[in-house]
Amino acid sequence: MKLAGMLVMTAGFFLAIAALVLFPDPAPRTAFVLCGIAVECLGLGVAIRSHMQNRGESQS
Amino acid sequence: MNPASIPASGMSDAVFALTLALLLVAPLAIAGVALINAGLGRSRSAAQALLGNVAIVAVTTIVFALVGAAFAGYLPSTTGHSFQLAGKPWNWLGSGGLLLSGFASSTAQVQLGILFEFLAIAFAAIIPWGSGADRWKLTSGCAAAAVLAATVFPLLAHWVWGGGWLAQLGVNFSLGAGFLDAGGAASVHVLGGLSALAVIWIAGPRKGKFPKEGFATALPGHNAAYVLFGCLLAMAGCMAWNTAGAILWLHAPLAALPVTAINTLLSASGALAATFIITRVRFGKPDASLCANGWLTGLVASSACAGLATPGESLFVGLVAGIATPLLVEVLELAVSIDDPSGAISVHLVGGIWGLIAAGVFAPQAGQFLAQLVGVATLLGLVFPLTYLLFWLLNRFFPFRVDSDGERIGMDLHELGGGAYPEFVIHRDESYR
Repeated sequence: MKLAGMLVMTAGFFLAIAALVLFPDPAPRTAFVLCGIAVECLGLGVAIRSHMQNRGESQS
Repeated sequence: MNPASIPASGMSDAVFALTLALLLVAPLAIAGVALINAGLGRSRSAAQALLGNVAIVAVTTIVFALVGAAFAGYLPSTTGHSFQLAGKPWNWLGSGGLLLSGFASSTAQVQLGILFEFLAIAFAAIIPWGSGADRWKLTSGCAAAAVLAATVFPLLAHWVWGGGWLAQLGVNFSLGAGFLDAGGAASVHVLGGLSALAVIWIAGPRKGKFPKEGFATALPGHNAAYVLFGCLLAMAGCMAWNTAGAILWLHAPLAALPVTAINTLLSASGALAATFIITRVRFGKPDASLCANGWLTGLVASSACAGLATPGESLFVGLVAGIATPLLVEVLELAVSIDDPSGAISVHLVGGIWGLIAAGVFAPQAGQFLAQLVGVATLLGLVFPLTYLLFWLLNRFFPFRVDSDGERIGMDLHELGGGAYPEFVIHRDESYR
């Protein structure tokens, strides 16, 4: 799960880079970079969730 | 080294001397954070904590001189390694020699920049050491610092300070002046905070921190005096750090430097005031360790924007940082089960990201906000997975966590054979008889 979260975070980074290359206009470029950061946050959330699950299993 | 051999670089002798003097004061910030790390840990691990800070500074210095500086880049004859994508050059790796060969022929400004980077990697590497307090082995802590100094930090330093692709976002994609990080918010604090998160996940929490039933156990730091004096040292160091960074990376004129130093102080002061009030309202009395964390978060946030914002904006940045810090510390511990004794994630990681975004908001150049966002995306989406992967692999060869017996008797006795306070006698409280 943590590995999956890391991969999703990396995907978010490439989304942000793709926005720079694909969109010359500032508005869609900003929107896609923000989307990339949102995907990274999603990946971080997955990794945190995995961490909490592991903690729960080690406690029980 | 023969000073006469250093070619003129456009930097006057007075500015060179001032920057060098500031860089000689800047390590006070490292000393301050080292004291804070030791004070927020337990008394039975205090000597190991402080020795670890010193050892990490030594290891990062040697490794960065051996290989890291070559990747960060300092040779004037070449521009580093780049590839073409969508018709733009992407400069991703610097160019230099092993053990600083050819360094003496660099310009004075480049030499000062490399000195700045030596201090920056030492600072970045002691941040996770505080988060792994009371359970992270000294040898594996030094190994992790070596990995940071040889791989992740040089890459990031080149991208941000060495004319790499993040610094060139302005030229290549019309994003303001490119990614700006004058005081090391990204390359020092966010990198340190992300490394701290990786260490916490790999090493796990301290024994007894999260019991099977009930809330997380409070394990308070053993010496509030160390922590608060560390805050004062960090203030002096960060003022010098941000001012030197403004000269080196923002090319600020001399007249702008007092405002940079004042902005640093204002940000820290605003953060302390906010944390003081919040903890006073929430707990009835101000909390010393949370106030220290708030002060430090203000300093961290200022490292990105002190050279770009006005005094009023710096105060605002500090107030927001000070409000967020105590709430984040609580959320991370109680809701997310993260055992971070030094508070590095809320202080360095979140404070650094907030500072970088604030720099984009308050910078005068158009497109600067987007450049800062791309920098933050790089830190979260590339630097963190890379750091986690490297630390995960390192943990296979040098296990991070000490055995349970070592954790029980304390890191001082287990790793060093003697305590930090040998004349302290621990005895039972007679009133319980």
